[in-house]
Amino acid sequence: MTTRTAEEAPVAGREELISGSEAIAQACALADIDVVTAYPIRPYDTVMQFLSRLIADGALKCEFIVAESEHSQFEIVKHASAVGARTFVGSSGVGWFYALEAIAVTAGLRLPVVALVGNRALDDPGAFGCEHNDALAVRDLGWLMNWVSTGQEALDTALIAWRVAEDPRVFLPCAISADGAFLTHSQQIVRVPDKRLVDRFLPPYNRGDLQLHPDNPITIAPQVNEDWLMEMRKQTDAAMRRSRDVIIEAYLDFNRIFHRDLTPFTEEYMTEDAEVILVGVGTLALPIKVAVRRLREQGQKVGFLRLKWFRPFPMPEVQKALSKAKAVGVIDRDYSFGSPMHGGVLAHEVRSALYDVEPRVPVVNFVAGLGGREITQPFAREMFAITQQAAQSGASDTQTHWIGVRENQE
Amino acid sequence: MTTYAVEVVYRGIFQRTLSRNICRGIVLAAHKGGKIGTAFGRYGDSPERNGIPAKYFAVVADDQLELEESLAKYEPKEVDVTICVDDTLCKGVESWAWYGLQPINALTKEGGALLVTSKQAADALLEDIHRKGMPYRLAIVSGPASFSGLWVYKDDHTDVRILGALARVCPGLVSMEAYEQVIQEIWSNEAKVRSARRSYDQTRVRPVEPAEGNTSVPFSFTKPGWTQMREALTIVGVPQGAGFRGGQGGFQPARSEVFKKFSTRTMRPIVNFQTCTKCTLCWLQCPDSCFDVTPDGRYDANLEACCGCGVCADVCPVADCVTMVNEAHFNDNSSQYDWFQRDKDGYLRWLTETVAQQKGEQRSHGFHHWGQYKEEIAAAAAASEAGHDN
Ligand code: SF4
Ligand code: SF4
Repeated sequence: MTTRTAEEAPVAGREELISGSEAIAQACALADIDVVTAYPIRPYDTVMQFLSRLIADGALKCEFIVAESEHSQFEIVKHASAVGARTFVGSSGVGWFYALEAIAVTAGLRLPVVALVGNRALDDPGAFGCEHNDALAVRDLGWLMNWVSTGQEALDTALIAWRVAEDPRVFLPCAISADGAFLTHSQQIVRVPDKRLVDRFLPPYNRGDLQLHPDNPITIAPQVNEDWLMEMRKQTDAAMRRSRDVIIEAYLDFNRIFHRDLTPFTEEYMTEDAEVILVGVGTLALPIKVAVRRLREQGQKVGFLRLKWFRPFPMPEVQKALSKAKAVGVIDRDYSFGSPMHGGVLAHEVRSALYDVEPRVPVVNFVAGLGGREITQPFAREMFAITQQAAQSGASDTQTHWIGVRENQE
Repeated sequence: MTTYAVEVVYRGIFQRTLSRNICRGIVLAAHKGGKIGTAFGRYGDSPERNGIPAKYFAVVADDQLELEESLAKYEPKEVDVTICVDDTLCKGVESWAWYGLQPINALTKEGGALLVTSKQAADALLEDIHRKGMPYRLAIVSGPASFSGLWVYKDDHTDVRILGALARVCPGLVSMEAYEQVIQEIWSNEAKVRSARRSYDQTRVRPVEPAEGNTSVPFSFTKPGWTQMREALTIVGVPQGAGFRGGQGGFQPARSEVFKKFSTRTMRPIVNFQTCTKCTLCWLQCPDSCFDVTPDGRYDANLEACCGCGVCADVCPVADCVTMVNEAHFNDNSSQYDWFQRDKDGYLRWLTETVAQQKGEQRSHGFHHWGQYKEEIAAAAAASEAGHDN
């Protein structure tokens, strides 16, 4: 890896061959974070390795605190954020779960911590492969959440994450999910923007009169009873609702400053005239897009919708992209055992978003790629085929299909 | 259909078992008479904090359906009897969360009763108890609050004496005979049954006129709507750095004005400004930044903020310079330093007397000599025998 100071870098930035984890580390340096906390767990730990190298090389000056557990790791950034430090943290799988107490209150206290979840299956059994249930555990708590699918998107989204999270209209933490191995450990050419442009995009974190400081004596998180808590929850709800416009604003500025053309909430791939659309998050976009191209070559009108942001849920974009389809198939790299239709989390959300769309679009649920299992072309074609059947029958198929699960050999 | 509700206002942790025993005694005794009831705690977090005012309730109804009308509520909106098991709580109650000061008789019904364990007379208590504006009744169970610092008098019979007095002030709820039966069943202790009966016989009820009581307005504030509340669970404090009470000279420490702690206090520190060497220890060690630094370098405890923990008295290196004394003797939170400034001799005379009197008093932060517990149990029994002149 080459390290150059901002002065040497051309305004257009530079291209580097880096992994998703490295891209996040680069974003940390560009955002000039103040405090980062580390505790090793695969695949998240790779970010820590790259960050410590950036610090050792003098490319980033920040407090790098190695905690004794994930719980402390998240507690430390929570407190650092309260005193006005820009923070970065992260974990994976059960490590993220171990920190859940701190994670839950970070949103309640409206602290704009940015975290990377290197998505990993919850062990036991010991497993490094990708599943999304780790990140999804916080979906109801007031965290902004998104899934990235490339190294470039990881870097871009991290910069956007601090900008949105630290906006005084929002002040909510943001979890960036990156599929373990597929993204965290795969190197791609990434354009690293110039620090001077980043400074124009990302103002310093200013907590105003909410900042914990001896000159600004405030009580944070007092004991409250039933007379207070509901109003506080309502405030968090209002902040989450406001975040939608703040995200849109951030993408507009991002595109203007960095000469890019990102869409804020979703990526639509050949959905324009599609009769059958699959929906998913993260790196499974790649095999599905390949399948879309193959099937299009055969004249089938298929498309793919990738959700970039999951909280706030992009309801208008989802409705708009899917309302003209004859059927929709939702791919979950997660599970929600015992839920309606025994389906996955994403499918329930998409179904709910489509409930009021007239005429109602049939929805099929797929659980696929658990534990990092590859979503192959045959699997992708199978999902399109099943969704096409729903399109023909015009009715939702409520059985939830597990794709790629091994059946007994006769 | 007659539902009876009783609340017990108590000091968190120390008196929780006492309050639970009282409320369970009520419900079990009522059940003997064919009624049905419930006993439950409120205003305590779990675990409760030392001395923080908390409440226990007993609700008794004629049948299950009637009881459900009460169960559907968070707590009773009014009670037939308020039982106050530490007389310093008569100054008012601030719950463990963020409320303002609730008068001790806030939930007491018109014509209902307030039952207090105290060594004070009714008139003295009424200097603390806020004016109700409607008639009710006051009764006293003679004796100290059944705890001392972290120590609890578990066998001073306060629980059953309260039940006996309750049969007197609220005869419609449960008969004395039913209480006696239940006390025998729970504790298998004839002495306890006798204590309850004696309390029943001795309890006198004093009517309280609507205009009687402490006329000061209890600290309160309007709860803001969710858009008016500051974001992120933050509450503004008083900044440090200005002079004494915002004026010239001295020092104002940072502190929250919203969370007043005084209703947690059973003892308060009194300071001898004459012998104080200005060593700063009380100021530095007070966990609640209570001490305002005066322009002449002395330390005045802000008694709205003081929770009465006793740390200042423990750390003060000068003998009898900071002394913890019974909170029950005071009717307000006014500044000791102001008094000292106004009338040095008068203040010091009062201080010397009060410190001397404290040495002979039972109220203390814990036990200070071997056998103190036994002595105090005996004294409580004697007080109970002697009865109380209302
Ligand atoms: S008793 Fe003393 S140390 Fe404790 S809160 Fe009161 S003033 Fe502070
Ligand atoms: S600890 Fe005692 S001597 Fe020292 S400043 Fe406080 S009151 Fe004075």
